Amino acid sequence: MLIFVIKRIAVSIPVLIAITALLFIMLNVIPGDPIALMMKEHASAEVIDRVRAQMHLDDPLLTRYFRFLVAALQGDLGVSIKLNRDVTTLILNAFPNTLFLTVSAAIVSWVIGIPVGVLSAVRRGSILDHFFMGFSLLGVSMPIFWSALLMQYVFALKLKWLPVSGFYGFQYVIMPALVLGWSSAGVIARLTRSSLLEVMRHDYIRTARAKGLREILVIRRHALKNAFIPVVTIMAIQVATLLSGAVITEAIFGIPGVGRISVNAIQARDMPLLQGSVLFATALVILGNLVADILYAVLDPRIRHQMKGGSK
Amino acid sequence: MTQFAETTEDFAEATESDSFLRDTVRVFCRNRMAVIGLVLVGVLVFVAIFIPLLSPHDPYRVAMDEQFLPPSTSYWLGTDNFGRDLLTRMLYGARISLIVGIVPSFISLIIGAVMGIVSGYFGGRIEFIIMRLADTMLAFPSLLLAMVVMYTLGANLFNIFIALSLVGWAGVALVVRSQTLVVKEKEFIEAARANGTSKATIMIRHIFPNVIPTLIVLFSLSIPEAIMWESSLSFLGVGVQPPEASWGLLVAKGKEYLFSAPLVAILPGVAILITVLAFNFVGDGLRDALDPYMKD
Repeated sequence: MLIFVIKRIAVSIPVLIAITALLFIMLNVIPGDPIALMMKEHASAEVIDRVRAQMHLDDPLLTRYFRFLVAALQGDLGVSIKLNRDVTTLILNAFPNTLFLTVSAAIVSWVIGIPVGVLSAVRRGSILDHFFMGFSLLGVSMPIFWSALLMQYVFALKLKWLPVSGFYGFQYVIMPALVLGWSSAGVIARLTRSSLLEVMRHDYIRTARAKGLREILVIRRHALKNAFIPVVTIMAIQVATLLSGAVITEAIFGIPGVGRISVNAIQARDMPLLQGSVLFATALVILGNLVADILYAVLDPRIRHQMKGGSK
Repeated sequence: MTQFAETTEDFAEATESDSFLRDTVRVFCRNRMAVIGLVLVGVLVFVAIFIPLLSPHDPYRVAMDEQFLPPSTSYWLGTDNFGRDLLTRMLYGARISLIVGIVPSFISLIIGAVMGIVSGYFGGRIEFIIMRLADTMLAFPSLLLAMVVMYTLGANLFNIFIALSLVGWAGVALVVRSQTLVVKEKEFIEAARANGTSKATIMIRHIFPNVIPTLIVLFSLSIPEAIMWESSLSFLGVGVQPPEASWGLLVAKGKEYLFSAPLVAILPGVAILITVLAFNFVGDGLRDALDPYMKD
């Protein structure tokens, strides 16, 4: 097991390095002078030259990349041009808000998605199944920014039950978490349903039924256990979709998280801040995928045994 | 000998693809939601093409004295903050959404198919490099990757094509590669190889036709996704720029008047929802019709 984990970590390191390279290239080949673009007419030529020199923007691209990589490995993501503050600090200060939002959203998506998926599979073809599947398709097809606005309109402006936006306490997270969670609940429901239906076709389910076990026990003891393996792994992969969604949710609800930092960074053309926040988010996704693979191996005895055989 | 093999092969292929097509259409038409989706898509395409002839209003004409008019016979859905007809602007938005749905999906499909077939067929180092590249692209949260591309290239429609193609190809490549791995082991590939057929010909003539059904499904399901990404980018201000009428942009501008004129923000969202649902219905129907495992 340990060997598998180490191997798996070893595979993600080159991906992470490739990401830094790709991101660096994408952000540093901008036609025109980024500093002049950002400062526009507010700065004289000398000031622009000084900032360029400070940021080593006149060095060759490769030198700058290696400097960036070495610094990033030490946790230094540079200094924000606009805010003149350490990017790492800015991100680490914002991250707890994003974490709180995404974890609440993930919980919302599981609480809605898993029961809906299980019920649909158990009652396959029934009106309930059609209703639930239509419902989850609706969740997948609604743009997050639009469902967020609808909620703001109904619950904040009309009913005045919840605050429109901001981040000053628990009630401020309810709407964002529901909006973000609802968008992934559909995916979870559909996956739970198809995974359970797949498992129900296996021989051991027929055996369990043949020995006279009640249907509810067949599902609970035999089917769900196996059906959840892909569902649990999708939960870890959810990190990517939740982070993309958090960018929009944070922007609409005014939550000072990593997503909003990246949107602000684009608007202010603050390259180091954008670079840092995207790199941070991507590292989280890689971590999520790593956890997913390890969970998959831990949960699925077939893979566990294969690995034991392989590592001998 | 070759002459003979070719003719029988062609004959078998013709009848087989005939019945395959008929089966596909039959299964697709049995799915009521898929047919509804297809009709909706058809209507949308028709309206998007002929909107300049259908609407008496100019989508860009500013008339400040006609701000936020309620729905009426001349303005079916009312007017926006610049006194422009909302319905007309939404239907011009349909043009952008359809183009953005189709063009980048098609580009990422082609790139993904080539990368997938090449890496699956050759294996080894080529496969390793392409797959690591795909992994790298997939590790980026899609919206952030698209935002970075828009930041670098500038916010306009053409660059949205580039951003979304860059986001989309990796997923296609993974699916196509795994299909290629299965197809590659089939006897007819071995036969072709034994015949001395070149690698390029095997990939184009023998493997590619076998992944087409998968590609069609992937294409139809990536259209709604692309429409969603474009509207999100435009909503955040890094996509289509005013005065163009993208749905995401319409929602973003309308949200400033959410309290006084909620329809201006809410209706373009309904358009996105209906369009995305329609394409998803079609995609689901196609998957059921083309996926041999789901077929009865």
